[in-house]
Amino acid sequence: MTVVRERSRHTALTKVLHWVTAILVFTMLMIGFVMVNSLDDYARLVMVHKSLGVVILVVMLVRIVNRFTHRAPALPATVGSIERKLVVATELSLYALLGAQPLVGWAMVSASGRPIVVFGSVRLPPIAPFGAELFSVLRQAHSLTALALVVVIAAHVSAVLLHSLALRDGMLSRMTSPLSR
Amino acid sequence: MSDALVRVTDDRPHQRRTSWGCASVRRRNLVLGTAVVGGFLAVDLGALLYVNNRIGPARLTSQVLLDGFEEVFGRQLGFRRNHAKGVVVEGYFDSNGNGRELSKAAVFRPGSTPVVGRFSLSGGYPAMEDSPTIPRGLGLAFGFPGGQQWRTAMMNLTVFLDNSPQGFYDRLLASKVVGATGEPDPAAIARFLANHPETARAIAINEAHPPTAGFADSTYRSLIAFYFVNESGTRTPVRWSLVPLQRALPPSMDPHNGLFIPLIRQMRASPLRWRLMLTVGAPSDPVDDATLPWHVDRRVIDAGLLTLTSIETDRPGNARDINFDPLVLPEGIEPSDDPLLSARSAVYGASYRRRTGEPELLPIIDVDEVS
Repeated sequence: MTVVRERSRHTALTKVLHWVTAILVFTMLMIGFVMVNSLDDYARLVMVHKSLGVVILVVMLVRIVNRFTHRAPALPATVGSIERKLVVATELSLYALLGAQPLVGWAMVSASGRPIVVFGSVRLPPIAPFGAELFSVLRQAHSLTALALVVVIAAHVSAVLLHSLALRDGMLSRMTSPLSR
Repeated sequence: MSDALVRVTDDRPHQRRTSWGCASVRRRNLVLGTAVVGGFLAVDLGALLYVNNRIGPARLTSQVLLDGFEEVFGRQLGFRRNHAKGVVVEGYFDSNGNGRELSKAAVFRPGSTPVVGRFSLSGGYPAMEDSPTIPRGLGLAFGFPGGQQWRTAMMNLTVFLDNSPQGFYDRLLASKVVGATGEPDPAAIARFLANHPETARAIAINEAHPPTAGFADSTYRSLIAFYFVNESGTRTPVRWSLVPLQRALPPSMDPHNGLFIPLIRQMRASPLRWRLMLTVGAPSDPVDDATLPWHVDRRVIDAGLLTLTSIETDRPGNARDINFDPLVLPEGIEPSDDPLLSARSAVYGASYRRRTGEPELLPIIDVDEVS
């Protein structure tokens, strides 16, 4: 019985990392979209945005290591073979997009030639050379990645909700049930 | 194997079922799941449209302001949306160390800091004819591209014309040239000034200090106040200015570049110099309204000498590609609560994004063509 339970749920660390990422990324996407349309709060929001970007980058590095050191539990039997491929593709996309996005943002600010200031006064080194064309490419990439994240996250949430509510296969509880095992 | 399968077999047989891949599913659950997912997607999309300003109340955003520039000056692809016409300069700043009293910024330690910058005329039309009454701008980046660089966009005005982003936007639209007159609509200007008495007062203050002959003998001011923070942590409100140490060559007869041509000729003959003066604000001086002057008796600290040695055409890789965002500040200079600071940072950033993504156009003033 305990063996089955362990294999059907994620580890406590994975759950914490997942929900921390979820909150951070939701906040980041909202701040990002609001910020570029804001005048009065722009400066404050940009500082929060860049600082949270650093936090997400660190969390994603931990998650990538964690993903290699902890095997994910088996998917419920309700997940068919085609859907299984979609699940893998979605997970890979999320890791790739979430890992790349903070780096694209950092490189984009670097390419504009301005210092990268986070947490009020911490100055990070540039990771890309100064160049208007490079900035433009990275700036577009940053927006496209954000939109891709919105789409992939919407698909991820929809799939989990549909499984948990329609198929009653306990998909959500793999990530939610009590942290201690 | 899993709890789900066990639960499926527990379901009573009379309930209506449908299939999902290999799994069978109760209709009621399917409807519930689909409804919740539909609701989630609707909220998600709604939030996305709202935060992207596609639905909801009309808001003044960077995009609205940039569209305003395009409405007034036309779409000038590849150029700054404001201060479109300009030339790039380089030089250095020799600090005498006096500025350390107010700020711990490295630029105020005794010694030299490289400077890149750009002289410009206000307005979004890059082929505009030079006129002495058009406000002149000087954008500078001290220590570019270092981590402690200081960018500032200054003007040859005594006070700025607006104290809010809305005021700036309203003035921009009111200044649109109408019909064949080549002038803005007087009624629109009158309406604007009635709604913005702060601008009417600022215009009167600026008119008491008419513009000088050229770029070289103009005093350029930060207009907006910043806080200078020294080693002991004392925060002092400061407005800075660059005071010229030379007279300007008289405007040339050239119908288009009457101000830029003498600047180019003068800089080729000898470097141009300005003193960087730091005006120390008193508690009674406004720090969040750039239309209001500070008392003339305020203490002024001479922080050092700016020397501009070379001048060149706007081109890729030089100061053409620098966004003179007033919030690029070194440790030791901090923003004030002036609402124009955040707004300028936002709009400059949006303008930078637009123009860097547009096809590269030939600059209007080619320094090498000036004899």
